[in-house]
Amino acid sequence: MPTTLTAFADVTTSDSALRRFLHGLPGVDAVGLEARAAALGTRSIKTTAKAYAIDLAISMIDLTTLEGADTPGKVRALAAKAVHPDPTDRTTPMTAAVCVYPDMVATAKAALGGADVKVASVATAFPAGRAALPVKLADTRDAVAAGADEIDMVIDRGAFLAGRYLETYELIKAVKEACVRPDGTSARLKVIFETGELSTYDNIRRASWIGMLAGADFIKTSTGKVGVNATPANTLLMLEAVRDFKAQTGIQVGVKPAGGIRTTKDAIKFLVLVNETVGEDWLTNEWFRFGASSLLNDLLMQRQKLSTGRYSGPDYVTVD
Amino acid sequence: MASLFEYAPAPESRSVVDIAPSYGLFIDGEFTDAADGKVFKTVSPSSEEVLAEVAQAGAADVDRAVKAARKAFEKWSALPGSERAKYLFRIARIIQERSRELAVLETLDNGKPIKETRDADLPLVAAHFFYYAGWADKLDHAGYGANPRPLGVAGQVIPWNFPLLMLAWKIAPALATGNTVVLKPAETTPLSALFFADICRQAGLPKGVVNIVPGYGDAGAELVAHPDVNKVAFTGSTAVGKAIARQVAGSGKKVTLELGGKGANIVFDDAPIDQAVEGIVGGIFFNQGQVCCAGSRLLVQESIHDELLDSLKRRLSTLRLGDPLDKNTDIGAINSAEQLARITALAETGEAEGAERWSPACELPSAGYWFAPTLFTNVTQAHTVARDEIFGPVLSVLTFRTPDEAVAKANNSQYGLSAGIWTEKGSRILAVANKLRAGVVWANTFNKFDPTSPFGGYKESGFGREGGRHGLEAYLDV
Repeated sequence: MPTTLTAFADVTTSDSALRRFLHGLPGVDAVGLEARAAALGTRSIKTTAKAYAIDLAISMIDLTTLEGADTPGKVRALAAKAVHPDPTDRTTPMTAAVCVYPDMVATAKAALGGADVKVASVATAFPAGRAALPVKLADTRDAVAAGADEIDMVIDRGAFLAGRYLETYELIKAVKEACVRPDGTSARLKVIFETGELSTYDNIRRASWIGMLAGADFIKTSTGKVGVNATPANTLLMLEAVRDFKAQTGIQVGVKPAGGIRTTKDAIKFLVLVNETVGEDWLTNEWFRFGASSLLNDLLMQRQKLSTGRYSGPDYVTVD
Repeated sequence: MASLFEYAPAPESRSVVDIAPSYGLFIDGEFTDAADGKVFKTVSPSSEEVLAEVAQAGAADVDRAVKAARKAFEKWSALPGSERAKYLFRIARIIQERSRELAVLETLDNGKPIKETRDADLPLVAAHFFYYAGWADKLDHAGYGANPRPLGVAGQVIPWNFPLLMLAWKIAPALATGNTVVLKPAETTPLSALFFADICRQAGLPKGVVNIVPGYGDAGAELVAHPDVNKVAFTGSTAVGKAIARQVAGSGKKVTLELGGKGANIVFDDAPIDQAVEGIVGGIFFNQGQVCCAGSRLLVQESIHDELLDSLKRRLSTLRLGDPLDKNTDIGAINSAEQLARITALAETGEAEGAERWSPACELPSAGYWFAPTLFTNVTQAHTVARDEIFGPVLSVLTFRTPDEAVAKANNSQYGLSAGIWTEKGSRILAVANKLRAGVVWANTFNKFDPTSPFGGYKESGFGREGGRHGLEAYLDV
């Protein structure tokens, strides 16, 4: 445990201590939270600001394919797109990462070659998380051994909703340890809460704190596999959590909204949330990511519009 | 504000509104010059640019307007409610159709950000007309007995802080109940009322039902004193409100006054802190604090004072002050040089009396009337900034220890217009709200308005209610 976290050491000593701490966090007023997120959504981002935001958003994408039908060919296509999102314009930034299932990590790694695009792998019996702990840890170690730079784990929503907060905390800690490579370095750990299943904003704030206390490098909204995924409000709430955590511990934690962000307009709204809630420290793909797939093409079309002055169309971006 | 992600200018287009070089008074369905030919200039507070020259009403003009309203009253009040409703619905729809134009106009003339005129003022204006249009043919069911009668001619004097919205609050219930109207807009913001006059013509409203007489306080006094006015409705300062009350005493005129306020925003230690910070910011910096129900006194439980203030200061540092027409502007200009001087003087008094002053780093434009968002901490009940209405972007922060102390301090004011309660505990909201002497009490929110909800004050904040079913009473002979 980092020394800065010692202040919180006593809150994770028992289930009841952790419960008292989590339930002592300030409540979240749902109406007010959503109103604030909506108000920031009315910011008008034009011209130079839009160009900056589009390139930043592209560079923050974890380009994702998480389907049962994923093949090496599909993953290679995705990797190629991550490196050169717009083949007609080499000034387009690379995406932050490609995000795949553990068995596709080696393929993705090979396809990316030396490019500065990370390989993120979901793990821990994604997306449901319904497996025994040893299975989840083996899943994680397997992905790390195959070369994953980042692990996107899911928490056990069942344990969390049943009030077994310490179990949730211990799971994250165990996965974090499983992220350590033989050379002592570690894959960065993103912790998915599946906010749509946690349902209340109070739960999302509590889950965020469990994740951060357990050593998450990123907290992430969702798997993209349920009805409600990333929303401006739940992302704003998680940004407030990482802001407060940094203020109290000095430790910076990243945020990754995932699922349902499909348009440039939406992505820019999320960047405005980042800018006005946590500021420029998080305006980098080191600390903020979008879990998305179709978003990239819309960003590319808007980018082309800005540089050429006219809209191209879906045939002028690659379909993968 | 982060410099990495600098928002490029995003101004709303001025071309959507066509401001004529000069405007007349609107009397008996026509725009006319003042009897004595006097005019005054209205300027844009953010740039001091002259927007237009406006005819200045005097005693003779007010008399002519009241006569026109009297003449129109007979037919207008005899119309079936369903017919009056048609005009009001038509006006509401035209306002919606022209809302972008009116929002830009209001921002130019008042100085408030386009974000507010677009998202708050104009939607509320239209909603108010729609709401009272619905009442026009249902007055039998308003709780005042069968077939309640209108009063006659309503003389209405409105302020400059929400020019078109205050006009809507006054005119919509007056017309719905069958009264006719002479309205005097404030001298610094006459334009939206004159555009409204045009909307009345566009809607085919019978001549004389609505008359608009821009001018100064003397015109307002003439209107209030006019012997043929049956109803006086005033929104503005407590000083003028008291003068009006004295003037109409014994005259038989029905009066409603909506005056000043010094709203207490009470934050308990179990409040949803992030949302409370938003509510505090919205409560005092909405419309540059030029809001009678502003939450200008922050009463924070002492145990969370430092934490809350840190959050509040961090949040204030992200406020964007500047061109009101820019869609990203949060804080616009103060309405007039006179108001700016008053705010400046009161803030200086606060400092002189030992309160601690703080503002975020914030560059003020060189032209126009501007005041940076300001906090005063270490304020007690004895400080002027805790007692006097500043009517500007200035928040006084006080502390309390127990709910009883919070209630006592909140009520310890000559005013009683608004209050806010922030706590996650529902029972506390109800208990505290019951003890507050304030016309409106918001719980875990602030500055929320709706035409269905009555609005008005206790004590020196005035009397009578506007909005909702209660708002009908002010315009009915009941």
